[in-house]
Order: sequence, then C-alpha cells, then structure tokens
Amino acid sequence: MNIKAMKAVGRAGAGLALAGLLAFAGPAAAGDNPHDPYEGFNRAMFAVNEGIDTVAAKPVAKAYDWVLPLPAKASVGNFFGNVGDVRNVLNNTLQGKLADAGNDLGRLLINSTVGIFGLFDVASEIGLERHDEDFGQTLAVWGVDDGGFLYWPFLGPRTVRDTAGAVVDIYTDPTWGTIFKSAAARNTLVGLRFVDVRASLLPSDKVVEEAALDKYAYIRDSYLQRRTNLIYDGRPPRREEE
Amino acid sequence: MAARRAAKKNDTDLQNMKKLIALVFAALFATAALAQEAPDVLIRRVSEEVLDIVRKDKEIQNGSARKAIALVDAKVLPHFNFPHMTKLAVGKDWRTATPAQQQQLTSEFKTLLVRTYSNALTSYRDQKVIYKPFKMNPADTEALVRTEVQQPGNKPVPIDYSLEKLEAGWKVYDVTVAGISLITNYREQFAQEVRNGGIDGLIQSLAAKNKSLEGNLAKAGGK
Repeated sequence: MNIKAMKAVGRAGAGLALAGLLAFAGPAAAGDNPHDPYEGFNRAMFAVNEGIDTVAAKPVAKAYDWVLPLPAKASVGNFFGNVGDVRNVLNNTLQGKLADAGNDLGRLLINSTVGIFGLFDVASEIGLERHDEDFGQTLAVWGVDDGGFLYWPFLGPRTVRDTAGAVVDIYTDPTWGTIFKSAAARNTLVGLRFVDVRASLLPSDKVVEEAALDKYAYIRDSYLQRRTNLIYDGRPPRREEE
Repeated sequence: MAARRAAKKNDTDLQNMKKLIALVFAALFATAALAQEAPDVLIRRVSEEVLDIVRKDKEIQNGSARKAIALVDAKVLPHFNFPHMTKLAVGKDWRTATPAQQQQLTSEFKTLLVRTYSNALTSYRDQKVIYKPFKMNPADTEALVRTEVQQPGNKPVPIDYSLEKLEAGWKVYDVTVAGISLITNYREQFAQEVRNGGIDGLIQSLAAKNKSLEGNLAKAGGK
C-alpha cells in the first residue's frame, strides 16, 4: 500500500472513529439485554470496525486469499496454529487438564520438528487433536464472571473477562515476544496472522450478511455461544427450551 | 392332459402371484426401513448426496444461488422440521402468536434459512466431512449426530445436528456450527423485533429481509 492510500485509509478511519464516538455520546440503545450492558458503546464500536474492515482489512484479506495458493495458505495457518499450541499447553495446565496439556505439548514438539517449524500439521495427521484453550477460558474455569459483552475496534467481540484474557495471551504469545528480537519481524508476523485470520473468515461474511436481521446482535450472540462452548470443551450444559 | 396343463398354468400363476406379493411386501418393508433410517445414517446419506452434486456442479461452485437453493429444496428440506425450529427461535412469544401468524413466521423463517444456507454450499470447495461415532438407544426420540468439516490449514469445524423422531421419520430441528446453535442465535434478534413491533413486526422484518435477498438474487442476473 502506498503512502497516499494509507493516508486515505487513515482519514476514513478517523472519520469513522469520530462518527462512532458521536454515536456513543448520543442516547445509548435501551440496554434490556442482560448479557449486553454496554450495548450503546458496543454498537458504536461495531460501526467503527465495520468501517475499518470495509476499507482496509477485508480488501487485504481478499488479495491475500486470491494471490496465495492453497498449500501456502495452509502452511501459514498451520504455523500460527503451532504457535498457538504454546498457549494451549499453558492454559490446559492452568486449568488442571494435564492429559490435554501433555497431548498439546506433544503436538508442539512434533509439529515444530517433523512439521518443519509448524508449517505442516503432522500431529493432526497422526490423530493428536488440538485442545483450544486461552486465558479467558482459564479465568472462566477459575470461576471469574464474564463481566458483560464488549465490542472493541480491531480486537472485535470480547467479554470483559476475555479482554483480560487477551492481554495475558499476548504476553504469553511467542509471536509477540520471544521468537524474534526485531520489531519489524514481530510486526510482520502479527500482521500476517491478522490477515490469515481475516481471510479464513471470508466465506462466512456473506452468510452472516444474509442470515442476520441485526448483524451486530447476530455476531454478539454467535460469540457468546461459541465462548460458552469452548469453556465447556464442546459439551455445554443443555439450554432449556423456550 | 389339458387338465394337467391347466393345473400347471395355475401353479405358475400362483407362483407369479406369490412373487408379486413378496415384491410388494419387500417394497413396503423398504419404505418402512427408509422412514426408520437411523439418524446418523440419514445425516451421512443426505450430506454425501448433496456434496456429491456440489462437487460435480460447476454452476453451484461458481456461486449460482438459484441452483444451490433448488438443491437444498429437493434434498435437504424434507428432513427438517421447520415449525419446531421456528417455535424454538421465537421462544416464549410463540404462544402469543395466532395459528395464522405462526404459519407466516414458519414460512418466512424457512425461506430465510434456505436462502442463506444454500449460499454456504456455493463456498464449498474440497473440505472433508468426518462422521463421529454415534450411539443411541432404540427407544430414544431425540438424537445428536456429530460431524466435523476438515480443511487444510484451518481448524476443523464441528457441525452437530439435533434430530427428533416423528411419525415420518427422524427430522432435524437444530444445527450447531462450532458450538453456535442456528436457532439460539436468532432468539435475541426475534425477541427484539417482537418488543419493537409485536409478532406482526417480526413477520414484516423477516418478509422485508427475504424480499431484499430476493432482490439481490435478481440483480445477480437470476443466477
């Protein structure tokens, strides 16, 4: 991206941020949802994020998706998946799930060596499944309340608990700290991961756009359901009907 | 001689008749067996049938929503219980709706679900569907069939089907993708619409949404 285009994006972003803040300053939407006490703020930030996504994140992700052949994309995804196994080992241990921690440590060792720095997910091929855990889930297992739903610019949907979790995850994430000493290498990796994640969401964009009566509520409720599912390791207590 | 021939003819007639009866019974039995098809067998059969068609159909792969909708209508729809799905999505407000309103809600919700999820089919490429081991008791009237969609470089996505046993066989009443229930995800949105404009408000919102999607479809050159 050249400097002129970056400036244009910056201006668009600033304008959107201002619009978002103005919307926030106005009367907040009636907060009648117990899971969403900050709905007014959240909807404003959601609008900001939609703006950033339209002018910057989505076009970049689309270009990435179009340019890179599938094996290359798979390797990028595998690489960050392998880095994420560091977090899985740590958080499985913190939650007392030692068998899963051991399994994920095995994944990490196999994929970092035989899988050539994680570019190939050999561990999954031989049946070692990943157990996704992060510090937000660890806090939940420790009994911390979710604190209400929040929608952040860039970061997107998080509960208050998951926001705290995300901060700890960043501190314990090799990509942010320990793999490379150089800031340029770190920024490249963090940026690449962002684009990789965004690109992996491209196919669901259209579905959400078409399925939702209210896109914000659709994304919020998807996020909350997904987190509950993760906290209970895929077997959440059954919801009562009606 | 003639009598013997007649007797023999009667014999073969009888044999033919027996064969015919056996055939009719076999057919009846097969239909009954099909209706009693176990939930996991049903999900696997329908998934494989649909994906087989998508794999061969270049138009669907190129994003032809109309063809994808036709496919879902023909192959998938008969196995879903839409009235139950709509009732669950509307929640406690369902009881305040008149039978006519309930029918309208079901019809609009069905259109929306078919329209949006046919679209997901057009983005199918070369993912692999894994069917998880399935257990149930013969007396069970509810079942959960777990599957997983695997794609290179991405985390596998679990897709679970909740089914219930009706007279017409097993029917799906909810689909959960990566822990996100399709039905639960509409509850808050529906409740919000009902708070704002009553049951009729919700019907209107759904109808307007479907109309705008239909408009997009027409704009896309009627694909």
